[in-house]
Amino acid sequence: MSAAILEVDNLTVTFDTDEGVFNAVEGVSFAVGAGEVVGLVGESGCGKSVTALSILRLIPSPPGRITQGSVRFKGVDLARLSAAELRRMRGASIGMIFQEPSAALSPLHRVGRQLVEALRLHRDIPRQAAWETAGQWLEKVRIPDAAERLHAYPFQLSGGMQQRVMIAMALMLEPELIIADEPTTALDVTIQAQVFALIREMRRASTAILLITHDMGVVWEMCDRVLVMYAARIVEAGSREEIFGKPAHPYSRGLLRSIPRLTDKPDRLAAIGGMVPSPLRYPPGCRFNDRCPYVFDRCRREAPGLLEVAGGHQAACFLARKLVRTPL
Amino acid sequence: MPNPIATPPTTLENGARPLLELLDLKTWFPVRRGVFAKTIGHVRAVDGVTLAIARAETLGLVGESGCGKTTLGRTILGLDPPHSGRLRFDGRDIGRLSRAAKRQLRQRMQIIFQDPLSSLNPRMNILDIVTEGLREFGLISDTREAHAVRLLREVGLDADALYRYPHEFSGGQRQRINVARAISLRPDFIVCDEAVSALDVSVQAQVINLMIDLREKYGLAYLFISHDLSVVSNIAGRVAVMYLGRVVEEGPTDSIIRDPLHPYTRALIGAVPVPGVQRAKAPPLTGETPSPLAPPPGCRFHPRCQEAMDVCRRVDPGRTRWAGRRVWCHLYGEGETLSA
Repeated sequence: MSAAILEVDNLTVTFDTDEGVFNAVEGVSFAVGAGEVVGLVGESGCGKSVTALSILRLIPSPPGRITQGSVRFKGVDLARLSAAELRRMRGASIGMIFQEPSAALSPLHRVGRQLVEALRLHRDIPRQAAWETAGQWLEKVRIPDAAERLHAYPFQLSGGMQQRVMIAMALMLEPELIIADEPTTALDVTIQAQVFALIREMRRASTAILLITHDMGVVWEMCDRVLVMYAARIVEAGSREEIFGKPAHPYSRGLLRSIPRLTDKPDRLAAIGGMVPSPLRYPPGCRFNDRCPYVFDRCRREAPGLLEVAGGHQAACFLARKLVRTPL
Repeated sequence: MPNPIATPPTTLENGARPLLELLDLKTWFPVRRGVFAKTIGHVRAVDGVTLAIARAETLGLVGESGCGKTTLGRTILGLDPPHSGRLRFDGRDIGRLSRAAKRQLRQRMQIIFQDPLSSLNPRMNILDIVTEGLREFGLISDTREAHAVRLLREVGLDADALYRYPHEFSGGQRQRINVARAISLRPDFIVCDEAVSALDVSVQAQVINLMIDLREKYGLAYLFISHDLSVVSNIAGRVAVMYLGRVVEEGPTDSIIRDPLHPYTRALIGAVPVPGVQRAKAPPLTGETPSPLAPPPGCRFHPRCQEAMDVCRRVDPGRTRWAGRRVWCHLYGEGETLSA
């Protein structure tokens, strides 16, 4: 891995709600190297989106607050930046793509104006030149009649086209890191395939991507490295081949086995029993212990830390070294 | 007057009499404009679908947003009125039944929706929810609780759920409650409209397994509507692929996934990311689905089809039997007429 451009160290994000105080993210550490595509996967409520939003300090506060840890972008601690400095960094250095384009595009302004504004906010270029650049980017993301569409309001575009506008907006400033939170979840598979082909083709070789998703198929298609989250913690980290080929945490293993596949269909899918615990009622010790087929006494008393099972491949399980050698 | 489509054209391969038959079914929604709400056109959501489902069979219905798969399911249940065509359930033409007879038929056909929460009344407790249908049809009186507990057990929930409310349950549990309600009247047929799409994968697998168990136990037939081909391939023996209001290919799930015939089916299957399998990348489909208000002439897929020929722009392809399947594409011949 080349030098890390993003370093998240021991990040903990606490939410203070009517029902109680809980950690949505707890002791999360990882790094993203230049040009690397890292997938952050897990099921709803595991903390993956909160992790992504915390990097840019976008978590709503209250109720959320970063209570521990640091986020460094190219060595700079983002917590030390002023609001204005942070704003300059968002978009220009760190781009964002969200699941819902409607959350990122203003419904009141034409697409062209929004693109031009984003360009001129970060770059000193005349309005006319910015308009032309915006048009070129819409063409690059294969929006038909791009010059015409600059005059369209977001609601006049289909979901797939809105998503492509957002991708154009994220890519045109040539950021070094793109944080994409479920960028294709709302899209049909054929449109998803178009969007991924675009992201692959459009990003500069040095642009890193942190891809947040619940879809293991998407992770496989897009990522070099994978972080698996469960109940606010990272439970396994490794290369794509390690996670899919030699998963070492019982949760990753269960997740991989429960995915319905196009071919090789079992008589019954291998579901994980039980359900994700509520963040207000995590079991003591390992948080997966009530659903784990390998559970033993120690798991109920003590939370396992990330254990190195091979260079760069880690899993938070007492049995990780044994499981990594056990075929799925 | 003899009706050219009176004979069911979709006799099942094994010769069994189908439980449900759709014959050239169309569901159109009028588009109105102006002070007098003049009809200026129709959204042809379902535009000529012919299919059959046998008892205890699961037919998967796949396609992308706007292809008409949800409308098709709703039309079968009478939630959207058909524009034309025919719908037969257990040999009886639903369109010709009296109101009372239709109501009786409702007992035997149920639906499960995508969003497990919004399809449950938040002010009703689980006991009332799962026994509402039974009460409606006057099938129980004083053994309501016992009935409800049995239903909950069938779907893997405990009796302590009875007096709780939908918001107290997780997504997976709520969908189990919807399943319990759907099977409460011992139906023969259930439309599952994206029934597991909102669930996390570990929970999704639990609910799929539950549905397979119930199918085997009660001989249920499902129309399993989903955008997710991988899910469909794990529950449905046969699958129909829809595009812009029409079925473009239909046949055994395994053979369609292994060797899709229709160019749209090929693009759809090629776009599904398969974890752990490195595949040769087919170029992704370009463009988007045209508007169902004005579908393209000829084959509806021709503007996006890599293999479009001259005839595709002019002539609507008929149904062709090919390799144990039915496909609507000029690449596979002339097609046949609907009258058998």
